[in-house]
Amino acid sequence: MKINLKIWRQRDSQSKGEFKEYHLDEVSRDMSFLEMLDTLNIKLIKQGENPVEFDHDCREGICGQCGVMINGIAHGPLKNTTTCQLHMRSFNDGDTIYVEPFKAAAFPIVRDLKVNRSALDHIIAAGGYVSVDTGQAPEANSIPVTFEQAESAFDAAACIGCGACVASCKNSSAALFTSAKISHLAQLPQGDKETSTRVISMVNQMDEEGFGHCTNTEACQVECPEDISVLNIARMNYEYNRARVVKK
Amino acid sequence: MAITGLFLSFFLIIHLLGNLQLLLPAEEAQLQYNSYSRLLGGNILVKLVAYVLYLCIILHTLDAIYLSYKRKKANGISYSYDRRGRASTWYSRNMMALGIIIFVFLVIHFKDFWYHYKFGELPLDANGNKDLYTLVVVAFEELWYVILYIIAILALGYHLLHGVFSAHRTIGLYHPMYNSMVQVLGVVFAVAITVGYIVIPLYLYFNLQL
Ligand code: HEM
Ligand code: SF4
Ligand code: FES
Repeated sequence: MKINLKIWRQRDSQSKGEFKEYHLDEVSRDMSFLEMLDTLNIKLIKQGENPVEFDHDCREGICGQCGVMINGIAHGPLKNTTTCQLHMRSFNDGDTIYVEPFKAAAFPIVRDLKVNRSALDHIIAAGGYVSVDTGQAPEANSIPVTFEQAESAFDAAACIGCGACVASCKNSSAALFTSAKISHLAQLPQGDKETSTRVISMVNQMDEEGFGHCTNTEACQVECPEDISVLNIARMNYEYNRARVVKK
Repeated sequence: MAITGLFLSFFLIIHLLGNLQLLLPAEEAQLQYNSYSRLLGGNILVKLVAYVLYLCIILHTLDAIYLSYKRKKANGISYSYDRRGRASTWYSRNMMALGIIIFVFLVIHFKDFWYHYKFGELPLDANGNKDLYTLVVVAFEELWYVILYIIAILALGYHLLHGVFSAHRTIGLYHPMYNSMVQVLGVVFAVAITVGYIVIPLYLYFNLQL
């Protein structure tokens, strides 16, 4: 099929970007979206032009590197799907597709479609872990965890850190991402011990990185490739208010 | 935001119940409404709650301005091709716009009734109470005034449609069952408030035209 592309080209974080138009004539319906971009890049390199830079790693929907805005929607039209798992059969012959990087003050553009999402790493570094002394692994059954607890914690742990929630949010809030980690650890006995200090420092870090404030529009869950529940945000607010008001 | 918003929502119930007295037959309504208004004005407890109410409006508005500022800063450069709207409701994305309509309305509303009643000269009714009833009824003889009210109340309705459930999330209600309950109750509340407040100007307007 024939595809027209309008791709955001930008040299670096300082320069001004703009859409550039490209045409591909032989796109297979079975190509992934990234493979389609690969085809374009091969063509550009052959013509002596700079290829379009975009992030990717696993190409199987688990690493969270590949997010871009496709036709104005994070990871494109399919719900709960990463860009790498989106295939060209979701488009029609002759379609024009707009491709833009995720945009937020906390995600500076590195080049073209590639943004720096280190701000999310800083939030995790501020408390998204369980402090344990190293040593021998303890006996697995010494701390009982019910099946339901484990499943529910795992649902929150499924976040791949892609940043689509931030990109989809009118406030550029990272609340879904941050709350997923807080909720994951708060539901397990090993993690819950540090919930109060964790929630305060992670929320503070989120503010410091320049993310906006959540106003519960719920756009994040709709576009999240892992369908992380917005109720995690409510749990984060609960833990935050509790840490602020009740605990000393 | 959540606390002030919920307090304001709670006030809306009381305010509506009081004003439904306007729907009584004219003579009865006049006397009852005026003495009710005087009762409110004279009570120290009501006065205290009124001050909390004014404070809530101010704090809520300041918080709204802060949130908008933070949003602008966090957004950075905007998208050139943006279809993110599919994932959320229009009113949840436009709480500030709806809030501004409500705010403008509040200024007019305060000036025309609250200020007039508190500081203006009003004729007295048969019981010697200030005749707020006639002030209100005369105001709603004007079609444009009725339309202004309906627009403002619709804005308020949509503000509440998102606001009430959002406030519970902000406070930290995360249990799925209670969340679905609040979601339903929020819609019921928003619709009830909207209908309740729209009925009054419409009733007065058409009653007077007959
Ligand atoms: C004075 C003018 C007003 C402005 C400028 C305003 C603006 C806002 C804004 C920007 C938000 C936050 C956005 C969001 O949560 O999505 C909000 C939330 C809210 N507003 Fe208002 N509002 C006003 C009046 C009112 C009134 C009169 C009420 C109630 C009768 C109200 C009830 C609420 C509620 C319940 C929330 C949700 C709080 C939360 O999500 O944490 N607002 N308002
Ligand atoms: S919550 Fe979802 S959208 Fe946000 S970073 Fe995690 S996986 Fe991506
Ligand atoms: S490249 Fe790893 S999730 Fe898409």
